[in-house]
Amino acid sequence: MSYYDVYRKYKHFPLEDYLRKVTAADVERSLQKSCKSPLDFLTMLAPAAQSPHVLEEMAQRSKRLTEHNFGRVITLFTPLYLANICDNACVYCGFNCHNSIKRSKLTMEEVEQEGQAIRAEGIRHIIILTGESRRATPPEYLADCTRILKKYVDSICIEVYSLTEEEYRMLFQAGVDGFTMFQETYNEDLYPQLHPTGPKHDYRTRLDSPELACKAGYNTVNLGALLGLDDWRKETFLTGMHALYLIKKYPGTDCAVSLPRIRPCVGGGNYRPACNVKDIDIVQAITAYRNFLPRLAITMSTRETPDFRNHLIGLGVTKLSAGSVTEVGGHAHAPKTDGQFEISDQRNVEEMSQAIRKCGYQPVYKDWEPLRRNA
Amino acid sequence: MEDQLIIGGKEIKSRLFLGTGKFGDDHLIPKCIEASGAQIITVAMRRIDFHTSQENMMQYIPKDCILMPNTSGARNAEEAVRIARLGRAAGCGDWVKIEVVSDNKYLLPDNEETLKAVDTLVKEGFTVLPYMTPDLYAARRMRDAGAAAVMPFGAPIGTNKGLRTREVVQIMAEELDLPVVVDAGIGKPSEAAECMEIGAAAVLVNTAVATAGDPVRMAAAFGKAVQAGREAFLASPGAVRQYAEASSPLTGFLHEA
Repeated sequence: MSYYDVYRKYKHFPLEDYLRKVTAADVERSLQKSCKSPLDFLTMLAPAAQSPHVLEEMAQRSKRLTEHNFGRVITLFTPLYLANICDNACVYCGFNCHNSIKRSKLTMEEVEQEGQAIRAEGIRHIIILTGESRRATPPEYLADCTRILKKYVDSICIEVYSLTEEEYRMLFQAGVDGFTMFQETYNEDLYPQLHPTGPKHDYRTRLDSPELACKAGYNTVNLGALLGLDDWRKETFLTGMHALYLIKKYPGTDCAVSLPRIRPCVGGGNYRPACNVKDIDIVQAITAYRNFLPRLAITMSTRETPDFRNHLIGLGVTKLSAGSVTEVGGHAHAPKTDGQFEISDQRNVEEMSQAIRKCGYQPVYKDWEPLRRNA
Repeated sequence: MEDQLIIGGKEIKSRLFLGTGKFGDDHLIPKCIEASGAQIITVAMRRIDFHTSQENMMQYIPKDCILMPNTSGARNAEEAVRIARLGRAAGCGDWVKIEVVSDNKYLLPDNEETLKAVDTLVKEGFTVLPYMTPDLYAARRMRDAGAAAVMPFGAPIGTNKGLRTREVVQIMAEELDLPVVVDAGIGKPSEAAECMEIGAAAVLVNTAVATAGDPVRMAAAFGKAVQAGREAFLASPGAVRQYAEASSPLTGFLHEA
């Protein structure tokens, strides 16, 4: 059993037809149920849910559920790009191996300096990222970086290429406790067109990676579809189904979702998103996720503008990135490469914290106690 | 007879325990403690950064409170034990609330793993208060392992649904000869009073206060409700009857001399 079996069930389900027939009254009925089914989730994603009073009702419920389950707090994390060397040719991405951007990879000395700089910023949760190149950044390299960084932070999440269960376990032992991987698109037919070559080309390998991280004992597993590649409603529904599948099978793992909207990038000039995802769509998706899965963590990156991110605090989001750079290094050193995508929110950690406090929320820099510090 | 609550050899002044997570602003914590009169304050170790000089939740907890670090984030006994030891090593004292959860959907505590942690930590000299799924047998085992009190939930944490586990909690309160503290799920002061009326020794709240429109005022309301509920328990309420009882009974003449 894999999530693929669930996906196949929905692959030929007439989602568009269902969504079109949903009325505002249907959405309200679904909202009132104490335990919501997958079809209730789909109902909440229908165009009819965007009628102002229905969306407001979804938002009010979402805010209440978020405060009860997570409190008036937002956990902050910061990304650290270890490398941008990539063997993939994803048509929408700045790291595409055919793009002539500056490529580099941090040395252990540089990783140490980045760790010190992040420590000084105050945030104790980081996500380490690479391009997808097993030869340039093998699992052992990631483990070495982790062993250095865990001296400076309390929680380390990886966002790298697909690994084997054994390799996930090895990194977990080294000190990694979180996993992030975006499926990009759940559309099995579109996927190979957008990822024509490289290790990421294989749909199934990518789809099953989050489950391998659950098996390896990771504390948090973060999913997401890159919104804009295909119909965002379908992508959101299938991401929610993926989350539900993992939550049921691995109740000890904290499941999270991100809602990345496609951003302009260097060299991505020829790609035009298939679907225009508006602010109201993101709000609908967040509040639908929250009403469907009240304990699901929801992450928002600096792809979004400060103003929009400020508005999302309180709507259902529980984790925000701050002090973000998408270039290799960048916390301790001036960036020496091009970024993966353009970031919209340039606020540093202190500015981000102030904005969160202004919304009546508390920015949390540490929400994890690593128990494998000496492992 | 004086109505005393003794836990871990200490007399506890307030029967309201307060959690410190979920506050939009940690400055509210000392105000809520003061308004409610709470004395036992629980803090998640995972949230404390002992390596920083930056502001830290610990500095908002008045010195005359009893600090009860909790093991939130622990998924098994071993992790709970390690978190408890970290707390003690960091100067948080000997009290610990054991929280072992490996179901992140409802956050229901795992009694089996919790019992193992109780056993280990009592032997290491901790004053141990286990957060548990209400169950008489498990509670007895925790008592026998040396728990200073047991803390069954009223409803799943954060739900504000009130005392949904009333029957079992009441039986535990009657049978255990150990303080029973209702922890989690209590959303309103009236529900906290209900816990006290059926014989709970204390109530622990967090979400209901931290996410209230006015947390300080809500904390004060909970403080009063817990006192009122305790008074009612001690006063032995009149029996509940099916029919109204007339003040001039119809059969009164039979008993007249």
